[in-house]
Amino acid sequence: MTIKTLTHLQRLEAESIHILREVVAEAEKPVMLYSVGKDSAVMLHLAKKAFYPAPPPFPLLHVDTTWKFRDMYALRDRAAKAAGMDLIVYQNPEALAKGINPFDHGSLHTDMWKTEGLKQALDQYGFDVAFGGARRDEEKSRAKERVFSFRSANHRWDPKNQRPELWRLYNARKAKGESVRVFPISNWTELDIWQYIYLEGIEIVPLYFAEPRPTVVRDGLTLMVDDERFPLREGETPEMRSVRFRTLGCYPLTGAVESEARTLPEVIQEMLLTTTSERQGRAIDHDQAASMEKKKQEGYF
Amino acid sequence: MTTQDPIYKTDALIAENIEAYLEAHQHKTMLRFITCGSVDDGKSTLIGRLLYDSKMIFEDQLAALQADSRKMGTQGQEIDFALLVDGLAAEREQGITIDVAYRFFATEKRKFIVADTPGHEQYTRNMVTGASTADLAVILIDARKGVLTQTRRHSYLVHLLGIRHIVLAVNKMDLVDYDRAVFERIRDDYAAFARSIGIADFTAIPISGFKGDNITGPSANTPWFEGPALLPYLETVEVEDTRDQAGPFRMPVQWVNRPSLDFRGFCGLIASGQVRPGDAVRVLPSGKTSKIARIVSQEGDRDLAVAGESVTLTLQDEIDCSRGQVLVAAQAPLEVADQFEATIVWMDEAEMVPGRAYWLKIGTQTVSATIHAPKFEINVNTQEHLAKKTLDLNAIGVAVVTTDRQIPFASYAENRDLGGFILIDKHTNHTVAAGMIHFALRRAQNIHWQATDIGRDHHAAMKNQKPAVLWLTGLSGSGKSTIANIVERKLARMNRHTFLLDGDNVRHGLNKDLGFTEADRVENIRRVGEVAKLMTDAGLIVITAFISPFRSEREMVRGMMQPGEFLEVFVDTPLEVAEGRDVKGLYAKARAGQLKNFTGIDSPYEAPEAPEIRIDTTETSADEAADLIIARLIP
Repeated sequence: MTIKTLTHLQRLEAESIHILREVVAEAEKPVMLYSVGKDSAVMLHLAKKAFYPAPPPFPLLHVDTTWKFRDMYALRDRAAKAAGMDLIVYQNPEALAKGINPFDHGSLHTDMWKTEGLKQALDQYGFDVAFGGARRDEEKSRAKERVFSFRSANHRWDPKNQRPELWRLYNARKAKGESVRVFPISNWTELDIWQYIYLEGIEIVPLYFAEPRPTVVRDGLTLMVDDERFPLREGETPEMRSVRFRTLGCYPLTGAVESEARTLPEVIQEMLLTTTSERQGRAIDHDQAASMEKKKQEGYF
Repeated sequence: MTTQDPIYKTDALIAENIEAYLEAHQHKTMLRFITCGSVDDGKSTLIGRLLYDSKMIFEDQLAALQADSRKMGTQGQEIDFALLVDGLAAEREQGITIDVAYRFFATEKRKFIVADTPGHEQYTRNMVTGASTADLAVILIDARKGVLTQTRRHSYLVHLLGIRHIVLAVNKMDLVDYDRAVFERIRDDYAAFARSIGIADFTAIPISGFKGDNITGPSANTPWFEGPALLPYLETVEVEDTRDQAGPFRMPVQWVNRPSLDFRGFCGLIASGQVRPGDAVRVLPSGKTSKIARIVSQEGDRDLAVAGESVTLTLQDEIDCSRGQVLVAAQAPLEVADQFEATIVWMDEAEMVPGRAYWLKIGTQTVSATIHAPKFEINVNTQEHLAKKTLDLNAIGVAVVTTDRQIPFASYAENRDLGGFILIDKHTNHTVAAGMIHFALRRAQNIHWQATDIGRDHHAAMKNQKPAVLWLTGLSGSGKSTIANIVERKLARMNRHTFLLDGDNVRHGLNKDLGFTEADRVENIRRVGEVAKLMTDAGLIVITAFISPFRSEREMVRGMMQPGEFLEVFVDTPLEVAEGRDVKGLYAKARAGQLKNFTGIDSPYEAPEAPEIRIDTTETSADEAADLIIARLIP
């Protein structure tokens, strides 16, 4: 008998597919949160594999802030279509009416568009399980996050009231009104994600690759001037810099890194040689050590 | 800090030939391990060190770490690696980890997932959780303290969860001057203990997580040590592929993929063995057989799939097969049974209630199951057997489990996926226990159901009535017995054949051996349910008057009856009113502390959520109540 040794990526893939299928078998109305980033791209790819030859039996949900990069919107629509899945785009109507934006409203921007927007979307459509592309290696408090993370009827996360997860057995039972966030790629690291994208030829947003882009440097972050809504300060003129992004969010909140990496191997090379963690480019983490945890308790993904 | 070992010279390859690097890293294997030790054993420091030495810590994290180390570290001016891995804010303040955290690092040869679990006695739950997915355990010992009670506890749990590779990491060697004698004495002490609990083999390594000795490579401080350093050992220890794939093919069916009428794919993660197109397979428990037609994947059909892979299989014949069933090699089927002996690890604040029905999830199947009173509890520190009536949080015991249907299974020792299960409380939905099947008990299989010629329909037809159970539930003194009595009188006048089972009366005979603890109350209701079921088989209309305070048991009885035959009648009397009446003087006694476990006083009453009939006795007389019930029974 020949033994086939499974690689780490094969094991991770098998685990993620198992989780995706388990949810579909047990949930009433699942949805996949799709943020168009590289983690979402991998999660969507795994979903397609899990249910092939059928399309994944759930829709994609993009909780939009209207402030994503234009390239992200383009890939979002294309990827959903290619997967044969329904795409729901949700924008918090209150944030839309008030014109909430990252320039004038600070942390209210994330609260209203993302945290509140997500809760509203889940409530409005009655989704009981939402897949998310979070990974345990992203941030310290995530290291203890379960694969199945339970939220109360008002979407709060209680770190003391999470269920033990043994073997490959996930307890998906819940009371009416409660919901679950499920993280199929919990055990993947940033390097795993990149290697898998490389190996499987998964399409990702071109912003991950270096290219000359109009940017300004502000408060230590290199920001891309992606459209005319970017209010330039006195003395600021966008300059063309060869930059790429390690994570993608709202363009006014996402710092770019100067880079010449134009191919996937070059991006991975830079990532391996880099000396800063990927969340460094995100404004949201800089508040205080446990900020992510607080946000999570309030219902931020 | 010791110098970097040659195994970390990958930087050069990254810079010079990234494609070659990626190619090399695509063939990495994966190892999951658990670290066990108490706060003082330097466990977090060791993990922080592994992350640091394998370059999983970035500059910004290191800067934050240095700041944190000065603020709240315990290592003076040195970097406190423990701060890297302590996560949640509350825990950081207390300076302890209180949950299972998963960490990741990788070398050229392997990706590692570390389950970091606390060593405190009250957190057996977390360690069992972390160990359930681990291939290997690192048991930490403080060289100054040697083998402690908690070392024994951790080793016992690791062995219980079936982990085959154990590393005994004798830590803090720097604090005992790298003394060979100290290391060897601890190793020998541990060997004696390990043998006594059935651990066949382990690897002892003298280390210092703080100083970095014998972590990535041999330390100059321990020239007398000839074994491997920790990381090289973790990189080369055999993974489970061979063992998993050598067994017969087994795959619990997780999902049936049916996009169109001409495709039916059976999806699941292969629990054991290998499978190829053309292989003969059997579906359990039905026993139907077919052959594998295709192994379907997005990249095209495959000719082989192995244990650990998630696959989609199609069969050559159209046979019934659904989620929860298990596809197995036709010539090597699994055992199928509905009663087992198992080790149970209780994980919930609410203690186990013997006789109560819980959900049992095993593989991809969820069934209803009851746990019998434990045969014994195991003292985790001494492995002694203790007589216990139940199991509470973090207790481990051996008990018989009965499922409501036959399920395919393997012993846990043979296969974790087919022999490990969780129990779920039907009302709180908490995962309350983990279980490991030892073997099936033959009792249920040896008692066959004797078919009788005169069946329940015949009995009912002779009485010219539809059998039913009118289940009155409510507080003591709510008026159940009074109402039940009137209902029976009225039905008798209508020539209906009835029987009234009254709580007090039953306790004089059938249930006189039972008290009022939660477990006894569950058994009380179970027996009454079984009696009521026999009576409905006999064609009777059964009226019962029991406090029956717990939803679980009322639901259990409902489940025993034919659909529509069980009518739950909630005799709704507020506690103040019932206590005010206090016909039997019981509330007064309970208030005075002379009566324990009295419903409404020091034992809960779980009101029905959706009873068929609700009687508000503050507005409805007993006679009116009886009429309401009869109107519902005989419309």
